[in-house]
Amino acid sequence: MTELQYQGHLHQLQKQLMANYYAALTASAEGSGEPAAYLLIGGNPVELLRAFDILPVFPEVNALQLAVKKQSLPHIQAAEFMGYSSDNCAYVKADIGQYFAGRKTPFATIPEPSLLLCNYVGCNVYLDWFGHLSEYSGCPAFQLDIPFIRSKSGFPSKDDVDYVMRQLQRLIERCEEITGRQLDEDRLRECVRLSSLTGELWSKIKHLTKHTPAPYDAYFDSVTMMAPLYCLRGTPEGLVFFETAYAEMAERVAANRGPLETERFRYVIEGPPPWPHLRTFRDMFSRWNAVAVASTYSTVGGLWEFGFRHDPDHPLESIACHLLEWNLTNRNFLQRYEQIERYLDEWHASALIIHSVKSCRLFSAGQGDMREYFTKLGVPTLLIESDLEDPRYFSEAQMRTRIDAFFESLGHRALVQEASA
Amino acid sequence: MHHVDTLIGNESLEEIVESCVQTIETPGFADAQAWKAEAPGRAIAGCFPVYSPVEVFDAAGMLAVGLAGGGNRMEIAHADSRFQSFVCSIVKSTLEQGMTGMLAEFDALVFHSICDPARNLASVYQRNFPDKRVEYIHFPQNLGVPEAIVFLTGEYARVATSMSELTGKYPSADALRGSIAVYNEVRALIRRLYAIRSEAPHRLSARELYPLVRYGNLVAPEIHIDVLTRALAGVLQREGRPRDRVRAILAGSFCEQPPLDLIAAIEDAGCYLVDDDFLIGRRFFYADVDASAEDPYRALAQAYVDGSVPVAVKHDLRISKSEALVARARAHKADAVIVLCAKFCEPALFEYPLYRRALQAAEIPHIFLEFEEKMWMFERTKTEIETFVESLLFA
Repeated sequence: MTELQYQGHLHQLQKQLMANYYAALTASAEGSGEPAAYLLIGGNPVELLRAFDILPVFPEVNALQLAVKKQSLPHIQAAEFMGYSSDNCAYVKADIGQYFAGRKTPFATIPEPSLLLCNYVGCNVYLDWFGHLSEYSGCPAFQLDIPFIRSKSGFPSKDDVDYVMRQLQRLIERCEEITGRQLDEDRLRECVRLSSLTGELWSKIKHLTKHTPAPYDAYFDSVTMMAPLYCLRGTPEGLVFFETAYAEMAERVAANRGPLETERFRYVIEGPPPWPHLRTFRDMFSRWNAVAVASTYSTVGGLWEFGFRHDPDHPLESIACHLLEWNLTNRNFLQRYEQIERYLDEWHASALIIHSVKSCRLFSAGQGDMREYFTKLGVPTLLIESDLEDPRYFSEAQMRTRIDAFFESLGHRALVQEASA
Repeated sequence: MHHVDTLIGNESLEEIVESCVQTIETPGFADAQAWKAEAPGRAIAGCFPVYSPVEVFDAAGMLAVGLAGGGNRMEIAHADSRFQSFVCSIVKSTLEQGMTGMLAEFDALVFHSICDPARNLASVYQRNFPDKRVEYIHFPQNLGVPEAIVFLTGEYARVATSMSELTGKYPSADALRGSIAVYNEVRALIRRLYAIRSEAPHRLSARELYPLVRYGNLVAPEIHIDVLTRALAGVLQREGRPRDRVRAILAGSFCEQPPLDLIAAIEDAGCYLVDDDFLIGRRFFYADVDASAEDPYRALAQAYVDGSVPVAVKHDLRISKSEALVARARAHKADAVIVLCAKFCEPALFEYPLYRRALQAAEIPHIFLEFEEKMWMFERTKTEIETFVESLLFA
């Protein structure tokens, strides 16, 4: 097995850009005067904030960074000491813990919020999370209430769109109050235009994994690209990053180069990664030469690969559509089944891995039913459990045994099919 | 044992209560099925907690049955494989009810934007029971703005249209006004009983009040009114002297329900429960909903937005739920607060840190406990409450 080395230009650029982003957060915390807005990943309306020069802060990204850097547990325990339950989302606990620890992290000092923008896009925990931050910080929360997709068609109704549009107008008013200036519509159009181009590139990048071998791992490498997708979308730097990413990935396709020496299994993966054990988890797949060709997790912030683009001619309408319709979190559970089916079919995958995380019940509640559905379709499906933030919920030996057994049987299945062909 | 609606009017309060207990603890939905069989065109809507606009279903010619889980008399044999161990019990037991045929006579199932497992349960139901109409009501979470009422009014009308496709009867404004009036009567009776219990808890225990309210989950509102009216008469005739107990209010049990024996154990441990949030959706409003409004859909939406009680699944930025809890404790002259959360219930568990902060600041003693609907041994919880009570009485 050859391990992928993180030496590509793309990774270096990501590190640099994210360092710049976090430096801006630290500067804001230290009094640069740039206001900061906390918001959530699900279908986020970051373009509106960028148009006002408000710094976006994503508590989910901060929490996962803490987990990757093995710093989450003390914060989680501090929150549990305050009364948070072991059964509450550990992203929230890590974030609350770091908030009371002075907002100092190994990657940045997180500024106090000037705006708590709770874009309620499917996840009910978002509401509690920002409600609590509001109580602790004294900053009023702005609840952006996004009606969940509940029609069989899978589309929002006109009433839903109208409701969101009216709230976006109110959000603009709030941003005007915070910054003391009116919305510059040209600026908003420009941010949305940059997002549109970024979305186009991200979509093209995602479609590249249809190629065999896939040029990158659509789970473990997608997460590298997701941070700039949220933190830098709507900016020129964000666009440069995705131009670079697309060029690098297209080059790999041309060279028939994948993330591993050989590509033996192509699978789809559902659910967020176990951030505190990311490398260990990745190796469990790499050792089988198994590559994720599509992942649902990489669509929490938006579903560009299925056609969504921001529209600079209708900036607010397209932001509303993004919030309502074009992200995983605001879609219903059965729409996720459809999404996975498309991945299996169009991305030529032969198996489904469901990584069930305790913290995020939006993702996980009911995944047993999902397993039943895909198993009946004849898709080899493995359901494994751990957590996205809390390192205590990761049983390495058990996880490895289950993954080994799964790929062993998948290999055997391929042998049998070959023999009978 | 009599069936409660066959009692003839001279029965004691104890008999009424025990009849309700028998009904709510018997698995299945016999009363609802009998109601449906009485006339053609009738249909049943099963409403998952916490709050559902039952008037809309009633006016569409349906019986709105309140789903309240499987209690501790149901074995989960199928649903465990669909929902993980870290998902609360009511989600699994509600699915189990479907998988074991207990909801066979139900025409519709209604879920609400209360939490992520309930949301996904709606989808799982839709997939596994394609013959049933599954509706999901999105309650606005931005309650301070006028468009929230507009949105919710439209949401109720949408659900009404969906239900009318099952019964052939779109709820007219008149019909809906009539249903609001009927349910206003139910809620007023419940409010009255709750007020009596707060003023004189020795005359009506939680162990008695709870089954009286929960009975309404299973029967037509007119029958519930009759039972509550007779129970009220019984309570008013009751005498007795208060005992030396701790007056406590309870919070956290608004969705999954604790077993009746657990409620009894809390009281037996030395508490008067003078307020609680059991089955909060059955008494969701502070006052009557406007039953003469020109647009009754809007009246219902308005009541949700501006006239409903604080609950963990409703995020109203105009009020602080922890401050509201402190105010509730003071209004009921409570000595203590019992936070009783269903295991794995994220909305309830998320309330606790803020409750704790506020209660400590207000110097109101509290105890935090978890339960599951399927629990059947209560000694440990009772001992914990007893210790808590002793610490208050002998402090």
